[in-house]
Amino acid sequence: MEIISLTPFDLSVAAILVIALSFVSARMGIGLGRQILVAGLRTTIQLFLVGLVLESLFANVHLGWLLLIAIAMLLAAGREVTNRQKRKFSGWWGFGVGMVSMSISSFSITILALTVIIDLKPWYEPQYAVPLLGMLLGNTMSGIAIGLDRLTQTAWDQRNRIEARLVLGDDWSDAIRDIRRESIRSGMIPIINAMAVAGIVSLPGMMTGQILAGNPPLEAVKYQILIMFLISGGTGFGTMFAVWLGSRRLFDDRQRLCLDRIKKTG
Amino acid sequence: MANLLIKNLYFHIFGPVNIEVEASECIGVTGPSGAGKTLFLRSVADLDQHRGSMSIGGIESTGMPAPEWRKKAGLLLSESSWWFDLVGDHFVNMNETWLEKLGFDISVLGWEVSRLSTGERQRLALLRLLSNRPDVLLLDEPTANLDAENSKNIEMFIADYRCENKAAVIWVSHDMDQLNRAASRCYKFNSDGLETIWK
Repeated sequence: MEIISLTPFDLSVAAILVIALSFVSARMGIGLGRQILVAGLRTTIQLFLVGLVLESLFANVHLGWLLLIAIAMLLAAGREVTNRQKRKFSGWWGFGVGMVSMSISSFSITILALTVIIDLKPWYEPQYAVPLLGMLLGNTMSGIAIGLDRLTQTAWDQRNRIEARLVLGDDWSDAIRDIRRESIRSGMIPIINAMAVAGIVSLPGMMTGQILAGNPPLEAVKYQILIMFLISGGTGFGTMFAVWLGSRRLFDDRQRLCLDRIKKTG
Repeated sequence: MANLLIKNLYFHIFGPVNIEVEASECIGVTGPSGAGKTLFLRSVADLDQHRGSMSIGGIESTGMPAPEWRKKAGLLLSESSWWFDLVGDHFVNMNETWLEKLGFDISVLGWEVSRLSTGERQRLALLRLLSNRPDVLLLDEPTANLDAENSKNIEMFIADYRCENKAAVIWVSHDMDQLNRAASRCYKFNSDGLETIWK
């Protein structure tokens, strides 16, 4: 089966939909008319830029280039995690907690997948490495962002409970155990749900892409299962690590609750 | 002997506070709202940052892990907090005579915390704290939500605990009559330390 290449005309037809949507929203006073256009434009420009980068990356397979791309993706994801916090850690920690956890879980799992599971020569073949890392980072990012947001917000709201436990002689870990557990839960639930409904409610994006590109459905399914497992591992362990690190940061060396280490954003 | 010795304690914008409370002794601390009395007690329990030194029975707070110090220097917060559904889950060991002295029976352990009144919570929070057998008691308005009869009851109960366990007590209150009954010395809390009201 051949891939049917999309022409500018094909994309324009789809773009008319977005323009029409923007027009109708503006007329209805929903107030999103402009935002829809800007978002549509951003999608177009950003994706074309990424496409150009990938084309040149695929043409020049080199570990250095791949690392550069990987670090750029990681920084962008770290920024996104920070921006999604209602109350974030002040100073370097705000960026650091998410970044460290994401890099540990996403990078190690991507490398595991490339070297052991897919077994590529060379293992840093960007055609596999970049999309894999992208999907892992994207999902890990969400899990960590949700987990950390929940952690700092709940700790803020329940400071009295935490301190009441400290006063009775609980150590920091016991005092925040329930909050930590709930935060990890809420970070992990989206990916668990996604695994549970995969293929029933919707076809996962990556699989859809492979099928559209002409791959046999069962091959696409195998890759999708692999990705799902990798993503759950990455999100789960990443969230656990980030929430643990964050919860430790909420206490100082004398195990006092230090809410001045988080600040409200926006 | 478990006396509490506080030397040059600075915390927040307050200090220096210098005081020694002997074993089995109770001192009263009063002062206007917002004067820093609660912050003072929190610092002694090592719950807030502070400078200076504190020791119980000659052992410095820094010489032991913070949770251990907090078990010795038991702070009763003015507002009690509960984190499990049932009262009993908050208690490791329960002394039945204590429950009865404060007007409860053993069935209270099966009660839901959400159905307790503020006064019941406050009395149970005291029992929860004392079941750690602290050497020092730091009481932040322990009878603020109680009626006259229950207040007297609590005063007697704390006095009994103090004598039996040779505990040193710092009692913060706005009620001068209560401090007259409970304490052997009384201080007013100022931004630059404790000012003697009577000895």
